[in-house]
Amino acid sequence: MLQQLSWKVGGQQGEGIESTGEIFSMAMNRLGYYLYGYRHFSSRIKGGHTNNKICVRPTQVRTIPDDLDILVAFDQETIDVNYKELTEKSIILADAKFSPVAPEDCLAPMYIVPFTEVAAELGTSLMKNMVAIGATSALLNLDKAVFQEVVDEIFGKKGQEVVEKNMQAIQQGFDTMAEQLGDRLGEWELVPADGKHRLFMIGNDAIALGALAAGVRFMAAYPITPASEIMEYMIKKLPLFGGAVIQTEDEIAAATMAIGSNYGGVRAFTASAGPGLSLMMEAIGLSGMTEQPLVIVDTQRGGPSTGLPTKQEQSDLMQMIYGTHGEIPKVVIAPSTGEEAFFDTIQAFNIAEELQLPVIILSDLQLSLGKQTVDPFDYSKIEIRRGNLINTEEIPEAEDKSYFKRYEVTEDGVSPRVLPGTKHAIHHVTGVEHDETGKPSEAASNRKAQMDKRMKKLQHVNFSDPVYVSAPYEEADILFVGFNSTRGVLEELQQTLIAQGMKVNHAHIRLIHPFPAKEVQPLVANAKKVVVVENNATGQLANILKMNVGGHDKVINVLKYDGTPFLPLQLEKQVKELLK
Amino acid sequence: MVTFKDFRNNVKPNWCPGCGDFSVQAAIQRAAANVGIQPHDLAVISGIGCSGRISGYIHSYGFHGIHGRALPIAQGLKMANKDLHVIASGGDGDGFAIGIGHTIHSIRRNIDLTYVVMDNQIYGLTKGQTSPRSAEGFKTKSTPGGAIEPSLKPLELALTSGATFVAQGFSSDIKELTAIIEAGINHKGFSFINVFSPCVTYNKVNTYDWFKENLTKLSDVEGYDHTNREEAMRVVMENEGLVTGIIYQNEDAPSYQEQVPGYAPTPLVDQNLKMSETEFNTLLQDFM
Repeated sequence: MLQQLSWKVGGQQGEGIESTGEIFSMAMNRLGYYLYGYRHFSSRIKGGHTNNKICVRPTQVRTIPDDLDILVAFDQETIDVNYKELTEKSIILADAKFSPVAPEDCLAPMYIVPFTEVAAELGTSLMKNMVAIGATSALLNLDKAVFQEVVDEIFGKKGQEVVEKNMQAIQQGFDTMAEQLGDRLGEWELVPADGKHRLFMIGNDAIALGALAAGVRFMAAYPITPASEIMEYMIKKLPLFGGAVIQTEDEIAAATMAIGSNYGGVRAFTASAGPGLSLMMEAIGLSGMTEQPLVIVDTQRGGPSTGLPTKQEQSDLMQMIYGTHGEIPKVVIAPSTGEEAFFDTIQAFNIAEELQLPVIILSDLQLSLGKQTVDPFDYSKIEIRRGNLINTEEIPEAEDKSYFKRYEVTEDGVSPRVLPGTKHAIHHVTGVEHDETGKPSEAASNRKAQMDKRMKKLQHVNFSDPVYVSAPYEEADILFVGFNSTRGVLEELQQTLIAQGMKVNHAHIRLIHPFPAKEVQPLVANAKKVVVVENNATGQLANILKMNVGGHDKVINVLKYDGTPFLPLQLEKQVKELLK
Repeated sequence: MVTFKDFRNNVKPNWCPGCGDFSVQAAIQRAAANVGIQPHDLAVISGIGCSGRISGYIHSYGFHGIHGRALPIAQGLKMANKDLHVIASGGDGDGFAIGIGHTIHSIRRNIDLTYVVMDNQIYGLTKGQTSPRSAEGFKTKSTPGGAIEPSLKPLELALTSGATFVAQGFSSDIKELTAIIEAGINHKGFSFINVFSPCVTYNKVNTYDWFKENLTKLSDVEGYDHTNREEAMRVVMENEGLVTGIIYQNEDAPSYQEQVPGYAPTPLVDQNLKMSETEFNTLLQDFM
């Protein structure tokens, strides 16, 4: 029996490759397995090679393996592009329709199965995906009943006949494959799972759900890969809570609209990727200067410029920390799992209101789009904190129309916040340097007082667990450091190296700015080498680490910026090479 | 009873003596009082430039944003609190150069707010460069040989963008201007109001006298029907945009907010943020 299964389906974009992966995954999820998916896709609607790789096992998984056990191919390109991931123990299931040819150096046997033909005989070649799923279930020796529930859910709306046809397609796929396999039937059977129902979602779902749970009632956004799913989720769900989404004319409007809504007292946000964030920079400065809460999600993708819109990268880090002209207090949060994406999003809205400043939720393409199994979120852990928000009619009437001190200099830098519409609290808000009542002021003493007040707020960030730490060793040979979606691959490599006799600790940074130096410093001090693993070309996280905690003599950069995520074996090799 | 004095604060504007913007400020204050708005229920959202300072000169909530972005800030605010009266304002550079995209899309979107452009056909605060509203041939620091690009036509632009309220005023005629802004505030939807607000320092062509000589009041045009878009377009074109009054109004068009599916009838700001456990579990079901 297999301890874990690595399965991939590939074909032309627009051919239903994604739904094949989706249906297979849903069924495995219902059986209680943990899954982690990776989508290879291009920036076009139809055509071009696409594939969906899924790792399945009975325990938590947050990375895709290097190798493949099963490759399902709907075109020759799928074989040509992916066969190097196959071993002697793997298998290719190829649709007979395209007369597949296995490359000479391909290690795995290829089985040619009439996916399209079987589907066409049942009525429509569109069901070739279901035939392939049936064939897969023969390899895994799965009961086709597993798929009944999923097929009901997906095709139920289209009527009983469609459901039955699809189930027949699965059955015939199974039978056809079983015949060809002979003795090998069920050879890829997986160790059983616990049958528990868990969440199966992409990171963007977790972020959007987190925003809704945080009390968001308004979103303004402009479509962009890989962030659009957040907006699409909010469009579906916000009406149930009385809220609204505006698809704006550009990202500048999206960010400034969100500021306007927050100014009005409603939790609002926007979500985008690098190009959109570049456009929002001035608005981020406005939020910082006028002390209006603002939450922005940046789902990183390959940059610069239009870059690699559908590929993995982590190169927006510096821009998120420092971007906008001048100096403002800003918080940057980087969740690394589905669960963190949910809870950190709620924390982001709390911090934005408590400290009245912009908060960036940094994600990356693999976290945002990689579909993964997540243990159900605990409702009792949802906490809403709005900070010093005065919403009362009890503010005394000011004499001679003097303004409310919206920017009062206080000990922690946080001033009382009132909302427009509040009696006796009229004040002015401006991106120009201003005095305590919001009136423009260029006086040197006022400038310093307001600047100090704003920056001081960063000393009071109330974020729980700013670093994920797995540090079994007091003195370590290696400390791995990463952020966002590299969490799983580093967890895996840590275990591998420990099994090989090395002492390895792992710190994954969740609060990027202000940097949790207090938590990271001792880990760095107690490690011989600090290996910072990130998907960019210049070692941005490593530089941030060095700026905040030092360790210049022992920091080693492990970089990957070819658009693909790190894989465990590849990374192991890369790390060992650098440690030599 | 609210009067325009309730909308005065104790800040002295830093506009040049004689600037058209003084009258715009006064007209907004009078219109707000005439409509019966309490100062704390009014929010004035402004852009950047001389005119952008207006949010700090009216005793109401005020938000002085960034260049060209008064409209999205104003729309976000109105979406958050539909009970507030929101007036966005700025200059012709703000609304027709850097912020033109927002102007057109705000008109299309038709969220219930009032937008007052103080149009002086010049960049004043940066000391005299051409504006999208400068006439062809207009000589400025940035167009020493005269402006080459034709002047942008805000009224035609608004009419073709699906505006439900289009008007134009003139700083010298504060009575008419007040009435226009009042009608704009009362209009259910986005009201677009362009105001000729002369710059006495940098625009020596489009002066008060020049406007007095060239402007036609629509109230003087016999039988003018401001509910007829074609007629509005014709009259505006015939007069090369030099008209004042309510040019077009469609009182029947629903505002954006009336059409948003599920949008709460009470202001969003009054909502309880925490969802119930039942609601939460229902949401989780989608992912099981």
